[in-house]
Amino acid sequence: MRVALLSDIHANLEAFEACLAHAATRGVDGYALLGDFVGYGADAVAVVETVMRMAAEGAIALKGNHDAAIERSESYFNEPARAALDWARETLDAGQQRFLAQLPLIAERPPAFFVHASAVAPQRWDYIDSPRAARRCVDAAGQTHTFCGHVHEQCLYFGTRNGRMGEFRPQSGNPIPVRASRQWLAAVGSVGQPRDRNPAAAYAMFDDRRLEITFFRVPYDHHAAADKIRRAGLPASLAYRVEAGI
Amino acid sequence: MPTLFGPGDSIDGFTIGDRLHAGGNGYIYRVAPPAGNDPAFPLVMKIPGVGPGEPTLGVVSFEIEQMILPQLTGVHVPRVVAVGSDPMRPYLVMEEIVGDGLASMIARAPLPPSEVARIGAALADAVQSVHRQNVIHLDLKPENFILRADGSAVLLDFGFSRHALYPDLLAEEKEFAAGSAAYVSPEQLQSNRTDLRSDVFALGVLLYELATGEPPFGEPATYAGMRDRLWRLPVPPRKRAGAISQKLQEVILRCLEADVDRRTPSAAHVAFDLRHLDQVQLTHNADLRGGARLRRQARNWWRARRGGLLPTNPAANARAPVILVAVDTEHPDDGRHPELQRAARAIIALNAEFRLMLVSAIRAASLGEGERIEDSASGKHLEHRFRLRTWIEPLRVSPSRLSLHVVESAHPAATILDLATSNHVDLIVIGAPDPGDRALAWWRSVAAEVTAGAHCSVHVVRVPERGKLWEAAEGGSPAGASAADTPGQQRPA
Repeated sequence: MRVALLSDIHANLEAFEACLAHAATRGVDGYALLGDFVGYGADAVAVVETVMRMAAEGAIALKGNHDAAIERSESYFNEPARAALDWARETLDAGQQRFLAQLPLIAERPPAFFVHASAVAPQRWDYIDSPRAARRCVDAAGQTHTFCGHVHEQCLYFGTRNGRMGEFRPQSGNPIPVRASRQWLAAVGSVGQPRDRNPAAAYAMFDDRRLEITFFRVPYDHHAAADKIRRAGLPASLAYRVEAGI
Repeated sequence: MPTLFGPGDSIDGFTIGDRLHAGGNGYIYRVAPPAGNDPAFPLVMKIPGVGPGEPTLGVVSFEIEQMILPQLTGVHVPRVVAVGSDPMRPYLVMEEIVGDGLASMIARAPLPPSEVARIGAALADAVQSVHRQNVIHLDLKPENFILRADGSAVLLDFGFSRHALYPDLLAEEKEFAAGSAAYVSPEQLQSNRTDLRSDVFALGVLLYELATGEPPFGEPATYAGMRDRLWRLPVPPRKRAGAISQKLQEVILRCLEADVDRRTPSAAHVAFDLRHLDQVQLTHNADLRGGARLRRQARNWWRARRGGLLPTNPAANARAPVILVAVDTEHPDDGRHPELQRAARAIIALNAEFRLMLVSAIRAASLGEGERIEDSASGKHLEHRFRLRTWIEPLRVSPSRLSLHVVESAHPAATILDLATSNHVDLIVIGAPDPGDRALAWWRSVAAEVTAGAHCSVHVVRVPERGKLWEAAEGGSPAGASAADTPGQQRPA
């Protein structure tokens, strides 16, 4: 079965739809939505509606730190991020807010483990930003294939004989064999706000039968998404980040 | 613990037969295919050595080979038929390659120089074929090459290889320097597994062994002994086997340069040099004796000691293309020549390292009255060679990067395509006639045929239609003005 792994959509409907359409042409069988459906972008309602519909049809949907901040605001967000969250809180209806509040932090489907940030205390929202953090995460997950978002950059970590992890920056569209003889952690990138100076939406696809993971970059109309952010009266820096991929 | 199977066992429909090989890289058995699923060539199964007394590295190597070998295609690697999917019972079923092992040829070395060049070019072809597929082998040695009856080489054992698009499972295994003592490159000894030219170094060691019967740096048993090659210059092959020409020695020693940026930039270039030894330019390597040799060793030693990691230039590693420019020397005044020169100049300016083949495909010599065949043919060749040299002169290409080819042919397109394929050409640059130009239909068909049949990119050069532009702008074209605008008539080729 081929599972599309989509994370950090951040209320960017154009990017989300582009990735779903792309996955459909690649024979996708299921979806794992790894959290952060809201924040930064201008389409919180439409994105959450889509996620609710997909979850009802069996998709895995996890809670991200921005989703958690809808029910309980956190002080660690920077000013523009907090403005977007305040705006999302006003626009989402009670049912949508309840949906976000009840989302789980992790999902386990052996041999796969899904989490938004890190399997080590998921509610702490630690970043997988080094092989050491990746090692701690896969140890806590206890599965051979762990998938996360939160860092907004695509990366594949792999276990080595000496107990550490290696780090690999994947190229879009190239299937990588991920055999179960070692541990793997894939940071799948961000659909709605990539940060590697490439505005194309990022997601990945895991084939649990062939044991392959493919990372994708999907160009979409990021100028339209940025314009919506400006028209919604959200901070201009958020629109610029979507346009520049930063 | 993964299970090890043996003769008589059956796995996924494959029946295991005789054991052909047991070694550090695992076990190889002959196998019979599943009933009704016979690929019609003989099969072997490779199984990693596991369990007490087996190196754990063998498991990682096997995993790497399972990852990389099924992705490779072409005649220079064994075809993969099946890959075991159960991580506890890993195996790989592939085509059994029938031929002579390179090890048995090296056992007979020193070989005649012409044999060295022929076998060496075949090995370089195989290496170039996997390099083109994003893979660096990193463990080239006699045991990993088999030569088929048709002379082509097949490359085996990708257990230490690196695929540019996959994670490098050995990158983190720092305690281990991949490669075999006699063949490992200086940069691999420094844990660099990203340079295609590491394979060029190992090719140089193999060429040296074929030519002299001995490995250039011995077979050191210690890491310190291996590190000698970071600065020590090999004994010139001609000192060990007098029959070796200066040009062959030049090719061998250039592969063995410790500094990757001085080394032959790609396996394609090695194959090219070995097939066109007459066009090889001699350098300091040709006569490396006495004081000059000592000075270079001292410089290398100092740099290796000081620098630790030798600098490698990733840009040069990225591409060192072989570029073929087809030049119509039968029409030296043709207006397209300046455009073709301009295109060639722009293309070589984009590449830090390259090889330029200038090709003139001329029609078979027609005999004049009273002429003898030899005179007319060789005279014609010399004339066209001279025209090629004149053509390239303004571009100031170093002779070490340039080769000139005059070929008589009734089918110029087929000749150009053959040359491109056999020399691993990456780009063909060729002129095409103006759409309205009927007089030079010969060229048009060549450009069209080459474009359609080429296995590489083709850059088709046309002279811009200045006359038409003039008409559009001025609403009429004075014939004289448009003719004077044609670059060919201002700057004769």
